[in-house]
Amino acid sequence: MKIDFSHLTQILQRFKAKPYKIYPVLTPHTGKIIEFKIKEGEEVRGPSGKWLEKPGTPLFILEREKNPKLIRAQYNGIAQNIRTDLLNRFVEAGEKVLEIKHPLSQEEIISEVLLNALLVIRAPETARYILSPELGKRLEKEGLGKVSVKEGDELLIMTFMKRETPIFLKERGTYIIYQIYFKPFELVQAGEPLLGLCPVEDLPHLEKIIQRIKAEWSL
Amino acid sequence: MLVELHKKLKELIELAEYIRDIKGEEFLSIGNICNELTDFYHHFYDYSQEKIISFIQSYEEKLGKILIKAEETLTPYEIVKIVRHPQRFTLLDILENVYDSYMELGGEGELNIDPAVICAKAIITRRVGDEVYFHQVMVIGHEKGHGEEFRRGGSAAPWGNEKALRYMKMAETEGIPIHFYIFTPGAYPIEDYPGAAQQIARNLFYMSKLSVPTISFISEGGSGGAEAIGLTDLRLMAEKGYYSVISPEGAAAIEAKLKDERPPRELVEKMAKALKLTAKDNLQLGTIDRIIPEPPLGARRKDYEFFKRLKYEIIKATDEVVLQTRSLKMLRKYALSKQNFENFSYYVNWELSEDEKEILIENRYEKYRKMTQWAVLEPKSFFKCLAQRGTRLGQSIAYEVKYRVLKSGQKTFKRFFEELASESSLLLKPVSDPIKSVYNLIVGKKIRTKVRMPGEIEEETEVYVSPLALQDRTVTCPQAEKFGCPDLWVPDLYGEFCGVCPNCGYHFPLEYNWYLNNIFDKGSVKTFNDEIASGNPLNFEGYAEKLKAARKETGLNSALLSFEAKIGGISVVAVMLVADFRQGTVGVAEGEKFIRAVEFAKVSRRPFIALVHTTGGIRIHEGTMGVVQMPRCTMAVRDYVDSGGLYIVIYDNNSYAGPVASFLGSAPYQFALKSTRLGFAGPRVILETTGQPVPPDYHSVENALKRGHIQGIWDRRELRKKLFFALLTMGAPNLYYR
Repeated sequence: MKIDFSHLTQILQRFKAKPYKIYPVLTPHTGKIIEFKIKEGEEVRGPSGKWLEKPGTPLFILEREKNPKLIRAQYNGIAQNIRTDLLNRFVEAGEKVLEIKHPLSQEEIISEVLLNALLVIRAPETARYILSPELGKRLEKEGLGKVSVKEGDELLIMTFMKRETPIFLKERGTYIIYQIYFKPFELVQAGEPLLGLCPVEDLPHLEKIIQRIKAEWSL
Repeated sequence: MLVELHKKLKELIELAEYIRDIKGEEFLSIGNICNELTDFYHHFYDYSQEKIISFIQSYEEKLGKILIKAEETLTPYEIVKIVRHPQRFTLLDILENVYDSYMELGGEGELNIDPAVICAKAIITRRVGDEVYFHQVMVIGHEKGHGEEFRRGGSAAPWGNEKALRYMKMAETEGIPIHFYIFTPGAYPIEDYPGAAQQIARNLFYMSKLSVPTISFISEGGSGGAEAIGLTDLRLMAEKGYYSVISPEGAAAIEAKLKDERPPRELVEKMAKALKLTAKDNLQLGTIDRIIPEPPLGARRKDYEFFKRLKYEIIKATDEVVLQTRSLKMLRKYALSKQNFENFSYYVNWELSEDEKEILIENRYEKYRKMTQWAVLEPKSFFKCLAQRGTRLGQSIAYEVKYRVLKSGQKTFKRFFEELASESSLLLKPVSDPIKSVYNLIVGKKIRTKVRMPGEIEEETEVYVSPLALQDRTVTCPQAEKFGCPDLWVPDLYGEFCGVCPNCGYHFPLEYNWYLNNIFDKGSVKTFNDEIASGNPLNFEGYAEKLKAARKETGLNSALLSFEAKIGGISVVAVMLVADFRQGTVGVAEGEKFIRAVEFAKVSRRPFIALVHTTGGIRIHEGTMGVVQMPRCTMAVRDYVDSGGLYIVIYDNNSYAGPVASFLGSAPYQFALKSTRLGFAGPRVILETTGQPVPPDYHSVENALKRGHIQGIWDRRELRKKLFFALLTMGAPNLYYR
């Protein structure tokens, strides 16, 4: 597998044009919006604290059957496109009331790009994972971005209830271990990324791109 | 010579700084004196010897005068400052100076089960004429340390209290007296096993029947932490000590309803005064027995005269407790004999015989039963009093006859027949059957038929409707975001659903009447002792008005309801702490009502149930009068459980602090409804004491169960059924007696 660099450039261009993500805030059910708690362009915060115990910024109050329900922000960002015309009007469930413009940070962009670029090994089952002993030793010695693996190499061991299953590399070619997404013996949900692999020949190019992102977004 | 002078000067500086710390910079310009002294100290070797001597003499005189003035104007808050000062004596100083030798158990210094609690086997000597006698005692107490971080200022962790309990048991096995020294600002409020509140409760439960003489000495008595080793036969208190339900700062924060800011100084000082926390006040209130005098501005580490006095007092106190179990004559003789600090004219053996142990425990029960009773507000007409006493006596005789005489006779008779029948069933049947049927005819099969098999309880047909349900609106479940619960229509929620979200099982708070009407059989609830009312024993400013408002709002006289009731035909005695009345806090009236209810349950041989609608702890407005309800009520519980009673506690909503750390937490069976919060101190107090924030679900009932604090989690919709089942299974077969 080779990295599709033209696709990457497209993604990057998209990010450059819009360096943010937009999360719409929808009504959870029908009701009447009786009050807006924020104004256009104000900053809002999602739940915070060590255990997310501090609730997000109040956005608006939706009332149904004399039950005023406070809707709060779930993401950090700027409130925009507030539908003030909906005030004191009946709304359907799933109606977009406002948007939260969430500015992307350098790390978020890099991780997004990497997820698109790399060959990502995902968890086949909800289980605990560890690196295969041999690979683990090499990684400890040489570090990320240096260790290469071939087709048929043992990458990981999936362990669940004392049952251990090895996971092998099925793609052709030689790859560099570029990213590790899990912690040993931590429960990983099925479908979550475990490893990010980069084809050996594409490594210099990819690194150049990452450098460029770092330079551009630090400004 | 010069060395001695240097030392003397250093001591003077220490004294001056001590006075400055207690009384403040401005007091008789003590700040300046401090500076002058330290200046002189820095240039000590520049001066001639004569100059130094005259300088020291003049300042000694000056400080002596200041000390007397300072003593005269001492305020309660300054006493609190004295107790917290690093120069004050600690338990290790006492062990060094009062006892002749000692051996620390459970660790020394930092290498310790809990450095805040010290347990030691010690030897204390008594001189009688030329003879010297040795007494072995167990010393248990808090070690504040002189500023060491690892001592946590004497805040005992749950395992520290557990350690104390372990060595109490050891002393009991060995039959030696225990001396407790209380130097704690309060227990360390963490929930890890064995749990701050639950361990204090266990300690109290055990101490109430400890069969060795116990003496406690209070220097810093911080509420529950102090009680954990404070239930004793004789309670001494240092003259400059404090014993309080809460720190003045804490009380000020609550009174001013502050969240994060520090309370103003004036308010803190006012609270220190209002809480009546000094030794003198406590003696007046009857929460302690004796005051140990201290030098002006309190004893410090090197006040050897004070330690001599303390040694004398502690021996005398132990003597008295021991002699009280013997004859009164001996005690009188002892009191008349001339004792002095150096020499005793009497030797008392501190070992007790079996009979004496029983008397000791009886005396202890009496002592605590009488404590704070003077403050119980009860409408007192002479005839009513007499009638009440008459009924009580009549009841106890009637129940005694019914259960002790009749039932035990019945029991032996029944057992005899059971054995006889099983041994030789076929052979003897023709003989035994007629006798048995005659027996059944006389005594009746009442007991047998009354007890239904588990699970046969009927649902109440007429359902009580909560006034909360009379609204046409919906509410959102607080866990809706997590579990996606639909909105709940109020009449449904507070009616059919018993205030429980059908999707996630979240329990909404309900009013106390709901429990009275839905758990117990229709019309079976009969309250008693309603007339006992919460009073204002400390004359706490503004408290009388608050009580009045609470009384008007709820129509109750105190936060505790005590009643007789039936569940599926089983009669029980129950109490309920009601949230609506001052947050279900416990004061003198509540404690007295609780004890009377327990005693009634004991006399009438019925299961005892404590429902906790909510409890916020001990009511701070009643100071130590409230705190001593912890040992008082726990003693009643211990007495009841030991005599064979079944005691079940059910928590709902919020249960915190004092009550959980005593009469609730000491129950052998504790259950909590879902969504209950259960613990010792709230998150804010934990953050202030430990410096660590706790997760939002720290006090949740699931975590309490994981830590082993409770026996199970119940659903409110099944409460009646569960309780009935519990009564049948745990109290079976005759529902009460072992």
